[in-house]
Amino acid sequence: MSEMVIEEVKSTDRKKEILNFKIDLIKKRKMSGSLIPLLQSAQDSYGYIPEKIIYYISELVDIPAADIYGVITFYSQFRLQPLGENIIRICEGTACHVNGAKGILSVLKNQLGVGVDETSKDGKYSLQSVACIGCCSLAPVITINDETFGNLTPDSLRKVLKKFTNVEKEQV
Amino acid sequence: MMKIKVGLGTCGISAGGELVYNKLESVIKERNLNVELCETGCMGMCYEEALVEIEENGESFLYAKVTEDKVERIVEDHVVNRNPVEEWIIRSSEISKEDSFLKNQNRIVLRNCGVINPSVIDEYIAKKGYEAIKDAVKNKTPQEVINIIKESGLRGRGGGGFSTGMKWQFAHDAVGDKKYIICNADEGDPGAFMDRSILEGDPHSVLEGMLIAAYSIGADEAYFYVRAEYPLAIKRLKNAISQAEAKGFLGNNIFGSDFSIKINIKEGAGAFVCGEETALIASIEGKRGVPKLRPPFPAIKGLWNKPTNINNVESFANVPWIMLNGASAYNSLGTEKSKGTKVFALAGKIRRSGLAEVPMGTTINEIIYEIGGGIKEGREFKAVQMGGPSGGCIPASMGELKIDYDEINKTGAIMGSGGLIVLDETTCMVDLAKFFLTFTQNESCGKCTFCRIGTKRMLEILERITDGEGKQGDIELLEDLGGKIKAASLCGLGQTAPNPVLTTIKYFREEYEAHINDKKCPAHSCPSLLVYSILDDNCKGCGLCIKECPVGAITGDKKMPHNIDQITCIKCGKCFDICRLNAVEKI
Ligand SMILES: Cc1cc2nc3c(=O)[nH]c(=O)nc-3n(C[C@H](O)[C@H](O)[C@H](O)COP(=O)(O)O)c2cc1C
Ligand code: FES
Repeated sequence: MSEMVIEEVKSTDRKKEILNFKIDLIKKRKMSGSLIPLLQSAQDSYGYIPEKIIYYISELVDIPAADIYGVITFYSQFRLQPLGENIIRICEGTACHVNGAKGILSVLKNQLGVGVDETSKDGKYSLQSVACIGCCSLAPVITINDETFGNLTPDSLRKVLKKFTNVEKEQV
Repeated sequence: MMKIKVGLGTCGISAGGELVYNKLESVIKERNLNVELCETGCMGMCYEEALVEIEENGESFLYAKVTEDKVERIVEDHVVNRNPVEEWIIRSSEISKEDSFLKNQNRIVLRNCGVINPSVIDEYIAKKGYEAIKDAVKNKTPQEVINIIKESGLRGRGGGGFSTGMKWQFAHDAVGDKKYIICNADEGDPGAFMDRSILEGDPHSVLEGMLIAAYSIGADEAYFYVRAEYPLAIKRLKNAISQAEAKGFLGNNIFGSDFSIKINIKEGAGAFVCGEETALIASIEGKRGVPKLRPPFPAIKGLWNKPTNINNVESFANVPWIMLNGASAYNSLGTEKSKGTKVFALAGKIRRSGLAEVPMGTTINEIIYEIGGGIKEGREFKAVQMGGPSGGCIPASMGELKIDYDEINKTGAIMGSGGLIVLDETTCMVDLAKFFLTFTQNESCGKCTFCRIGTKRMLEILERITDGEGKQGDIELLEDLGGKIKAASLCGLGQTAPNPVLTTIKYFREEYEAHINDKKCPAHSCPSLLVYSILDDNCKGCGLCIKECPVGAITGDKKMPHNIDQITCIKCGKCFDICRLNAVEKI
């Protein structure tokens, strides 16, 4: 990796400002402990971690890109692909599981035409599975963007999705 | 002045608490009323969210299941006309509809949760907040502090149950120019939410407990390692830290002593194994969160190879209370070897799910029936799962068991962090074991072979059994594999991963046998072992299921009972879900 790439990243991307700020801050402190916060702020800026950023960070903190890739793939929070416009999370924690999360998941997959950790072809929806959102008393639960929907049945979920996709259409 | 508190923990917010808060705010403003509106943490009664409490002249009224459209009437009747809306109130000096939920609880850790506004430090101070640390640095030596904690009998609430005082002693005795203290707020057990609620509802008590620990071991830098899925807890914690800083409770020379401390927050990045202390340390150091062989224990060689003490959120939250009330007030509660109280997150098939803090030694039945109000929909209590993916299932027949570390260990389950998932007769125990193993298999970091490959093999066998392809000898093979994985894995994840399987085999062996020998799932839950058929008496021939069936397995004329062709049927269950006449039966 060369200086060129760093220069390119620096000049072409304004989103990097936040990242650069973090880097400056972190450089003053301990080196290795800063990798995860750096990746987190890169993901905050881009929505995912683009390949060129891996090289960029690698140069800056002096950790081989392969090691950074190892860290990225170890933690489920990090993504190497961008997400869809709307993020639907289904809880598959214990409380939700025993209260029928599986049925809810199959309705989601059917209606949206995407599997877990996939994004629909039109880039509208990403489906993710999480272990416990922390509202077990409302199990089974999904979240659409920041909104939580609880006590779902396959029927009530279909209604939620219908309403949601209609609102989406109107906005277009 | 009248005070209106809205429960705004994650549970309250997802039940619409924020909408209620906003509505209250606008109505109060519109009518120019002289009341104080504020937020508070989880009150524990998650099953009644959104909760609104109105206080005046020492009297309080708790409204349950409040929605936006109830707000106008509550304000009109109660706030303006001083005429409480009785039918929506569940607790007040006269009304006590859900009293048994709180009656048997003893709130030490949750003393301020749902009582104070977690975002205002003065409310914590008014509850004797930061007095314990002040007293410690001014009047006690570190060793005296450690002695009090030892005497209290407090054991780690993160799962292991190791004596907190002993742990502090090790870190205190370790030589080093620099020491660290870490608060483990990674709460990875899927179905547990105690630590989150404490951090959201009373962050200062955790912070103060941590300061006391730091003082006693001689640490001058501290880390909170918080699960990234807990944004609200992180926000409240950050706020608490900056407020404590402003008051001079953090930083240099606290209360005029030579004790100084700096606090950092690290967000986890989504890996269950990072709850394990050595993996957590690796993660703070920016590496893959892979556990290390112990010893050396973190107390000797921890973060950046310096002596480090790690405690769980709930362990820390107990500390200020113990310091203020004395070790004997704490160890008078509980059983011989497990002192004090424990917070449980009740969830699953229970009527009242939420947070319950009870003295150690309370029985399972007391928690489920008296506090939890029994099983949902009048079904039968079958078992309770304790300790999450590392724990096990305790059958209903052992409901009189007193909960303490050692009694629970004897059953093959563990106390764990406090997740308590209640199961009824519709839960298939084989499927539940498979659920947990899928989780641990996914989260195994891959460092040691027994855990990485052993759990995979066990999972394959469980999948085979629930798919109706179980073979003779599978149960014995699971037991054999489970024993070996427990014995040979490197860290707690692998050492405990087989527990859910082994305990369900121990107490529900006949369910495994039914799956293998009779190809039946007694709980009617495993899809491959179900047969869907139509009850002629109920079927009105509406044709809904014919339309819904993805493989065209259902036939029948209009207004005549339909029929499912068993050979074509893929057992997806869509007909069962869509039928409104209960004419589709699962057998
Ligand atoms: C796989 C695994 C996951 C763990 N997860 C957590 C956790 O989420 N929270 C926690 O406090 N302790 C967790 N622990 C226990 C910690 O390793 C450690 O014992 C604990 O934080 C010590 O604090 P305590 O003495 O106050 O309990 C976990 C252990 C293992 C083996
Ligand atoms: S298990 Fe789904 S919210 Fe906790």
